[in-house]
Amino acid sequence: MWHFVSPKIVFGESALSSLEEINISRALVVTDHNLVEIGAIQPALECIRKTGCEMLVFDHVSPDPTLESVELGTAVANDFQPDWIIGLGGGSPMDTAKAIWVLYERPDLIPAMINPFIKLGLREKSRLITIPTTSGTGADVTWAIVLTDTENNRKMGLGNRENAADIALVDPALASSMPPRLTADTGLDALTHAVEGFICTWHTDITDGLCLNAAREIFQNLPVAYEAAQADNPQQECYTAAREKMHNAATSAGLGFGNAMASLAHAMGHVLGSVFHIPHGRAVGLCLPYTIEFAARGEDPSRITILAEMLGIKGEKSSAGLTLAAALRDLAREVENPLSLEELGLDQKEFQQVLEKMVDDAFNDTQIITAPRAPSYQELEKLFLAAYSGQPVEF
Amino acid sequence: MAYKFPSDEWIKALRDMLNASESYQRSAKDWEGDFLFIAEPDDAYPETAYLHLQLYHGSCPGAAMMDLDDLPETEYTINAPFTTWRKVIDGKLDPIQGMMTGQLKLKGNLMKIMRYPKAAQEIVACCAKIPTEW
Repeated sequence: MWHFVSPKIVFGESALSSLEEINISRALVVTDHNLVEIGAIQPALECIRKTGCEMLVFDHVSPDPTLESVELGTAVANDFQPDWIIGLGGGSPMDTAKAIWVLYERPDLIPAMINPFIKLGLREKSRLITIPTTSGTGADVTWAIVLTDTENNRKMGLGNRENAADIALVDPALASSMPPRLTADTGLDALTHAVEGFICTWHTDITDGLCLNAAREIFQNLPVAYEAAQADNPQQECYTAAREKMHNAATSAGLGFGNAMASLAHAMGHVLGSVFHIPHGRAVGLCLPYTIEFAARGEDPSRITILAEMLGIKGEKSSAGLTLAAALRDLAREVENPLSLEELGLDQKEFQQVLEKMVDDAFNDTQIITAPRAPSYQELEKLFLAAYSGQPVEF
Repeated sequence: MAYKFPSDEWIKALRDMLNASESYQRSAKDWEGDFLFIAEPDDAYPETAYLHLQLYHGSCPGAAMMDLDDLPETEYTINAPFTTWRKVIDGKLDPIQGMMTGQLKLKGNLMKIMRYPKAAQEIVACCAKIPTEW
């Protein structure tokens, strides 16, 4: 027995206009300050205004959202008493919106108590809409909430099936002006979701198709979307089509891995994000080829072999995982992302100083438990060292 | 040698497995909190069984099958019918998925246990290594 959880998803051109069909009285919009400053979310805010509701914008969300920003946002919600909370932006605002929503509904909880084993009883006061402005996170459709515990410098994997959004509005126009770096990072995040959702031990018949199709679309469209982000004429049809494919693929991958699980690249990436503040997509995308090589050398690499075959990645069947890892590196290189932590510019001494903490934290990250090949502590340390130096994994 | 589940010998075999597991020692190095596993009667097993596991800083100092009258205070209990435990020990049901779907009922400080998912997985991995007679 297992569950598949999904919001109602409205996607494609003009998806935002469907806001007018929702009966909203008081909307609390949770977003980040930069998006407000650069005007990127103005079209979405206009659509919310058109509903005639009273709207309050909470924009104190940091890139690695903290417990403090959730507590602040909850106080704002308690004061404003919204009947809808709208998470608008990338993964950070959407995850923050989910947490604020839970704590607004359940004032007896603190963020660390949001776990999948309890009944939350949400939707008594309000409901949740998610609107992604990047093509990668999948947070619009997942129930996971990733927050940063700044006291212990550690990411906290929280969430409950009930806190998946009611409605996700996936409008490609909102992501059409993402700059190149953000396009690459978020695209590799989506690819990591798709790949890990397919190979993890919690994958299901229902999630496999979503992950597989998302991975295929990302391999095909991420380079074009990256080119679009640098083009003088980004409105060319081939560019807008690629952008839209990436936006839909990110949501599909989110549904896929969100109803399965991620895996080892996420466990390592979470740690790199909390310790070195590497953007999430860049961190997990960088780790993915190494974890694929590691899994491919395990006792049962069949899921990786199937994935490589289904993606049309050519190579010897016996070394499909290594070929897949090479294809992942080629794609990362095509969108000019670093292939190692050294290339990313991390100082070796600093890296060595925190290596033990990183291995400790990754070893107890929630995502590690569904790795197709469970690493020992020593193997995990070697994986971090490989990701630092760029050496392929041969153990 | 196979150990009958549930029995005092079986839970002591789990204790020995945990104490020999480097992965468990690493992942639970700060853990404090005992568990009581309760196997409830169903068509396959007629009685309730109580298995107590002491866990402290990456080791398992003690383990025993208990009588209802002698149950210790434990920080956590996990309840499930005998057949569900069998699925977990046979590797047919992931225990975390089992808890998320209500097939295994976990009571205790959930906030704390969420920080030690690998340790929980290692306990089950050790269970699966015990030659078990049903």
